[in-house]
Amino acid sequence: MKRIINIKPTRLGGYALGLLPFIVLLLIYLWASDARLAINPTDKLMPSFASFGEAIQRIALQPSARSGEYLFWTDTAASLQRLFIGVLISALLGLIIGVLNGSIPLARAHLSPISTVVSLIPPMAVLPILFIIFGLGEVSKVMLIVIGITPFILRDLQSKALELPLEQTIKAQTLGANSWQVIIRVILPQVMPRLLEAVRLSLGAAWLFLIAAEAIAAQEGLGYRIFLVRRYLSMDIILPYVAWITLLAFTTDWSLRRISMFFFPWFHSEEGSR
Amino acid sequence: MAFLEVKNLWKRYGNSVVLENVNARVERGEFITIVGTSGCGKTTFLRMLLGVEQASSGKLLMEGEAIATEPGADRGIVFQRYSVFPHLTVLKNVLLAREFEQARWLGKLFGAVKKRAVEQSMAMLQLVGLEHAAGRYPHQLSGGMQQRLAIAQALMKQPKILLLDEPFGALDPGIRSDMHELILDIWRKTNINIFMITHDLREGFYLGTRLWVFDKVRNDPQQPDAYGSSITYDISVGQVDKSLYKKIDNDLSTTRKTQELQELGNE
Repeated sequence: MKRIINIKPTRLGGYALGLLPFIVLLLIYLWASDARLAINPTDKLMPSFASFGEAIQRIALQPSARSGEYLFWTDTAASLQRLFIGVLISALLGLIIGVLNGSIPLARAHLSPISTVVSLIPPMAVLPILFIIFGLGEVSKVMLIVIGITPFILRDLQSKALELPLEQTIKAQTLGANSWQVIIRVILPQVMPRLLEAVRLSLGAAWLFLIAAEAIAAQEGLGYRIFLVRRYLSMDIILPYVAWITLLAFTTDWSLRRISMFFFPWFHSEEGSR
Repeated sequence: MAFLEVKNLWKRYGNSVVLENVNARVERGEFITIVGTSGCGKTTFLRMLLGVEQASSGKLLMEGEAIATEPGADRGIVFQRYSVFPHLTVLKNVLLAREFEQARWLGKLFGAVKKRAVEQSMAMLQLVGLEHAAGRYPHQLSGGMQQRLAIAQALMKQPKILLLDEPFGALDPGIRSDMHELILDIWRKTNINIFMITHDLREGFYLGTRLWVFDKVRNDPQQPDAYGSSITYDISVGQVDKSLYKKIDNDLSTTRKTQELQELGNE
């Protein structure tokens, strides 16, 4: 008998093992839901899959009686737009300041302490300030995401830029590069895949801030809807929404990784050899 | 006037002296190999030539003028590792020198200018025997090929000095002798000044026209940092006999042993 640390799953077996927990959870839910519904058919806490189907049908495939909109899709579009703009701004800010801090000692001397201090401010604590300054519209929600994740991306990129072997910048200088050329041809391209990594890692936090902001003040959005229907204990809507948000987050993460592997093959092969 | 002059060069870090009173004259086209124990200041000396480290006192003159205090295109470098850019293919690694030169803002070339630069780069790759690997990334190359690439890259700027910091230290013996042939070949063709650090005394004797040994002249066992290294041997290679080789080898291992004893004492 081989030691258990040396037994590797086959490809198919690996997938099966990966899926197993999901199936187990699903079965537990089905069993518990059935048990509750058998006692009380109007139970709202653990709806059956049939009522999930109905709820999805109602909210995603039929126009709302009040506004004529397909709520599920307008919610998704609104949330994704906020998330996308927020993450995009954060990524750009983080990239520019992070690379400057990481490559120019003079910039680092002045900007680094402030970025450290700013990163320590709890973003949720400044949400009221954002609402006061930017109103309850889109800007304050986007700003919350920006304030929440930019410091992380920025500090990550700064440290990644600093981690690049000093030999490389010296080599570039001996090849006649000026400071700008060192930044755009040596540092920036090597930091790009790390930016995608940082964005992937900060997406969870971005969703958190988005949903928090939507829960407090919004007219549409996935987070808004969840908090709205909570009043009616509508688990049949909340659970599909949570699953949908998870799926969206998963897809974004997966596509970012694919994009990174496509554009930066050298980065991922280095990763593999480590 | 000598091509390179070192006059009373000292390097201190706080209280510890790394180099003391180094003096030397180097003529155009000399190939100098530098050996010494670790921590003897040979890398510090190379870094001063490179311009990333400055002398505490004394002079380092190239063609009569003080060496710039930052790296520049007149001094090429090949490190033991990290000399090539992992995010660029072999061809682009070499092309980069031309792009830095001709595209000030974009750092990238296009069209006919690029075509000409690519041709030059391919010729350079041919010189080091990498033309078949032009499209590969550095991580797909062996250690020896990566060092070939680093050399090709450095030569693109036609530097006056080529600095090699233990360039073959991480390579297998067989590959290493191929690299020796390559570097000698390049040196003969270009008549460039080469300074090469090595920890392999035999390599130091085989390559080059002149061998420098960096070692401490004085040693204070109570305070190992009180004295720095200097050039203790400056030999024209070719007129060496076996007994001298033995003597240097012996000297170096004495220093190494003293160092080890001191380190043990410190622990």
